[in-house]
Amino acid sequence: MTRDRFERGLFRVLKPLVILFLFVITAFPFFYMVTLSFRDIQELILDPGSIWPRSFTFDTYANVLTRQGFLTFMRNSAIVAVSSVAVTLLISIPGAYAVARLRFFGRRQVHFVFLAVYLFPAIVLAIPLFVLFTMLGLRGSLLGLILVYIAQTVPVTVYMLRNYFETVPQSVEEAAAIDGCTRLSTIWRVVLPLSKPALMATGLYAFMIAWNEFLFALLFLVEKRESWTVSLGLSQLAGSIEIPTTVLMAGSVVLTLPIVIVFFAGERLLTEGLTAGAEKG
Amino acid sequence: MTGRRGGTLREQEGRAGLALISPTLVITLVVVVLPLLWAIMLAFQDARLINIRRVGIFGHYTLENFGYVMSEPGFWTSLVNTLVYTVAGTALSIAIGLVAALALRDRFRGRTLVRASILVPYVAPVVAVAFLWETMLNPQFGIVNSWLGTPIAFLTQAKGSFLGIQVPVALLTVIAFEAWRYFPFAFLFILARLQALPAELDEAAVVDGATPTQRFRHVILPQLWRIIALLSVLRFVFTFTKFDDVYLLTGGGAGTEVVSVRVYNFLTARDDIGASAAQAIVLAVVLVVFLTLYLRFFSGGERDQG
Repeated sequence: MTRDRFERGLFRVLKPLVILFLFVITAFPFFYMVTLSFRDIQELILDPGSIWPRSFTFDTYANVLTRQGFLTFMRNSAIVAVSSVAVTLLISIPGAYAVARLRFFGRRQVHFVFLAVYLFPAIVLAIPLFVLFTMLGLRGSLLGLILVYIAQTVPVTVYMLRNYFETVPQSVEEAAAIDGCTRLSTIWRVVLPLSKPALMATGLYAFMIAWNEFLFALLFLVEKRESWTVSLGLSQLAGSIEIPTTVLMAGSVVLTLPIVIVFFAGERLLTEGLTAGAEKG
Repeated sequence: MTGRRGGTLREQEGRAGLALISPTLVITLVVVVLPLLWAIMLAFQDARLINIRRVGIFGHYTLENFGYVMSEPGFWTSLVNTLVYTVAGTALSIAIGLVAALALRDRFRGRTLVRASILVPYVAPVVAVAFLWETMLNPQFGIVNSWLGTPIAFLTQAKGSFLGIQVPVALLTVIAFEAWRYFPFAFLFILARLQALPAELDEAAVVDGATPTQRFRHVILPQLWRIIALLSVLRFVFTFTKFDDVYLLTGGGAGTEVVSVRVYNFLTARDDIGASAAQAIVLAVVLVVFLTLYLRFFSGGERDQG
């Protein structure tokens, strides 16, 4: 047997095993999360090794949504995420257009600023912002949190959008200008309709950052329970012994599900946008 | 709209450009750049939340915070922990991501499903997955421990023996979490690069009689080095200052304290803003030093190859 045939045979056997392994380590925990969320806590304690519930219960969800206040947390998260997306787009669309099309003083240096913000450690930023928001009495308000999320996402979204805007043919814009469009109405009527996929991807990215974020939510909101986001709520309640684990698992599902749905709805747009950007950088 | 303020077209374009980019620059300046400068100032001041209004901009500057922070017993241990956690987490996540990308390169039935499944750990909120791991690894009712003969306290045990060797149990668990959560990130980037590779090179190597491992070593891997190098930098930077994962899994206990968790504890529990800022600055400086060394070493290596 030659080395070539040996190796081909070996990989033919190894490859399905590797794929199976990857599938199990990624899918099983989430499968377990979902099944656990429908179980009674007694069942988990009596029989911790079982992976399929003997009886399904929805009490865990009723409990976590109303008694533990996850409905309020979800409302807060939704407010934060949706406003972050809206303002991020509002700011980054003109910014990205300027970087893609217009020659202005400092255009080349702008990239450097964005890269620096993208790589910048959040923990360093957390200190002065914590102090500032304490002084301003903004701690406990969702507004401050939204502001921080916008600042953290805008550099990346400008970059993602710029890459797309550059693919819009300049001749289309020139035609619009000849037809009497001003610069802003060219952006509004020509560039944006042509860039829908990129706008979707950018919006999704901003949404995911805002929905998943933990550190700043912890620093700004922890003392005010009615302002908690879902992430913060779950992390704070996870330490308590009075709330059954299966109820909190229902909370995890409530936290995870929206983001997974949003991600797979726009997955192709998102991964293409992100990896394409990285290739060029 | 243009032409109102005169000047050449080029000048108008420049003004419009600055006007359109200014919201972006303003929010970056106000929420990122100015706070950063303030953080540096705070590191050199004796600042606490109680006296912060009196400290002011022109207050008393001192190196005391740095001396205090570095003489604290836990600091150097946490810096070493950070380094071990970062290097191991980065290397493992990229290695698994590479294997996953190679395994899923060619089409097969169910590839879409497997690919989707692989992405979920990265997409899911960190709080949810950390809680999931905590539950699965729980010594009393965790499912992983129900499979083991003797339960292991994965997240609360600093040291344990494995085959007679002392191992840092909790630190290894946190590293495993890091690898599990971030290998999809590496997978996505490497797969995108793999699928963009020209097929001709690989086919030519097959014709020349190269075995699969030879083709990987001499044809595919050289074309992946750039993306792997980029991923290493990105993951190193992100992991080195990461707070959420360790804080949520162990709270920094059981020998897993990393510098960012210390920064948080000094800020909130001890209310020592100055010392907290000093540690964050040390962390950032160490990061920059490592990056500089890496980039110098790496660009040197590239010159040798070319």
